[in-house]
Amino acid sequence: MQGWYPIFKRELAGYFVTPVAYIFIVIFLLLAGVFTFQLGGLFQRGQADLRPFFDFLPWLYLFLIPAVSMRLWAEERRGGTIELLLTLPVSQWGAVLGKFLAAWAFTGLALVLTFPVWITVNFLGEPDNGVIVGSYVGGLLMAGGFLAIGSCVSAATKSQVIAFVISLMLCLGFLLAGFSPVLDFFKGWAPSWVIDAVSSFSFLSRFEGLGKGVVALRDLVFFGSLIGVFLYAAGIVIEMKKAE
Amino acid sequence: MIELNALTKRFGSPSTGILAVDGVTLKVAKGEVLGFLGPNGAGKSTTMKMVTGFLTPTSGTASVCGHDVVKDPIAVKERIGYLPEGAPAYPDMTPESFLDFCAQVRKMGERARGRIDHVVERVQLSGVLRQPIETLSKGFKRRVGLAQAILHDPDVLILDEPTDGLDPNQKHEVRALIREMAGQKAIVLSTHILEEVEAVCTRAVVIARGRVIADGTPSQLAARSRVHNAVTIAVRGAEKDQLVSELKRITGVRDVDHARQDNGLCRATAIAKHGHTIAGEVGALVKARGWGLEELRVEHGRLDEVFREITQAK
Repeated sequence: MQGWYPIFKRELAGYFVTPVAYIFIVIFLLLAGVFTFQLGGLFQRGQADLRPFFDFLPWLYLFLIPAVSMRLWAEERRGGTIELLLTLPVSQWGAVLGKFLAAWAFTGLALVLTFPVWITVNFLGEPDNGVIVGSYVGGLLMAGGFLAIGSCVSAATKSQVIAFVISLMLCLGFLLAGFSPVLDFFKGWAPSWVIDAVSSFSFLSRFEGLGKGVVALRDLVFFGSLIGVFLYAAGIVIEMKKAE
Repeated sequence: MIELNALTKRFGSPSTGILAVDGVTLKVAKGEVLGFLGPNGAGKSTTMKMVTGFLTPTSGTASVCGHDVVKDPIAVKERIGYLPEGAPAYPDMTPESFLDFCAQVRKMGERARGRIDHVVERVQLSGVLRQPIETLSKGFKRRVGLAQAILHDPDVLILDEPTDGLDPNQKHEVRALIREMAGQKAIVLSTHILEEVEAVCTRAVVIARGRVIADGTPSQLAARSRVHNAVTIAVRGAEKDQLVSELKRITGVRDVDHARQDNGLCRATAIAKHGHTIAGEVGALVKARGWGLEELRVEHGRLDEVFREITQAK
């Protein structure tokens, strides 16, 4: 993991040197607000909880997270800086992890900045804050999962547009893994254990589980290992694609 | 300091892939400045990328300061300063933050501040330290890349086309910098510019189709030229045909080129046989015939000609 920390710092600072960070955060908060208050009707429901916010969060992430992850490696490859980065005394895993953690910390920051909604419901009533914390943890884990998928896709292409579209498709697949559009695709030809396995990959069901306030170990393990697997795959893709 | 042993790189499958580097064996010692020459696609950059640990060799070994690039890549990367082709750097960083980042990755700690100041002065970057790299001119970008490569005072410097795209003044500066550092390091640089090899290199290695096809000092390489030791003269009072036939009679002369006559001035180039010097005989001939000597020049051979000859063979 040698060298991950300077890379993490450089990447994180990099978001704020360009307008990327500000635009992302503003759009994220704006959309979160629209979804929560307008479409979700937070006030009209008359219940002190953050259901409307967390119901829309996965869909917001679906579009915004690939926009963050698409540049991670595609930009390095296009600009040739990947050669510079990987001939500095860093291990490949250090580079993969440093970049991923910086992106994760950045999206985490955007998530934390939604705290006024949480203050609002606490001001208006007495919500179950355990449930809210669980949902935030779930949101963070989901962002991590999407970012790991996005890292891997970004490593495979020089084009950020391609990275964005493919990441979005993969993330959608994982989001809906437990639901009929994805399961129908497997039904009829795949054995039932495959269908069970696919549906257990559903981000949405896991996120809902966490949203009930139960931070279950198996969900943590699921997201942790999913992130691990995709980052490992990203490392392999980088090694394979170096020569191009 | 650098040892390559049958280093080979194949892209793609064993049967249909491209053999980019084909068994290169080479040693570079401290104090040497090795100029790596070859046509585009000859395998220069690929070889350098393997030495710096970016690409993994298909077979063969490479070691830097005794550390194998595959078994101990981090140790190798710590000891190398590398300027990749085109001097890539993060466009939205400033030279200051970029060098700072490199120093942190290289764990330079306390030393960092002093070294950054030193290299900034050395490559004259102080005027643009706080401008984003993407706004800098090509010359400054190259200097940022060089600064990054020499930041940690490495024992081995690998420079891929360090002067490509620079103007003559900038080229001169970069060469002066390389010459200054030459004594204490092993330096490998690739280039297309043959005058550069004569200007800075102590050794020239020519590579074509992935193989080393010539290895020697620049003057040894130039000596392979047809015009090595040739003598060009311009005389008054001689006839062109007479001059040519008299020159051809000298034992060391193989041929006479470029004979022409204008306004009573007669010019010709006598090509020497391999291993012969003919300047003395040519001078004596002019004196004996009583011609008026206007010019007498000994050629040392032209690298570009040798380069073309050996890289296009077969």
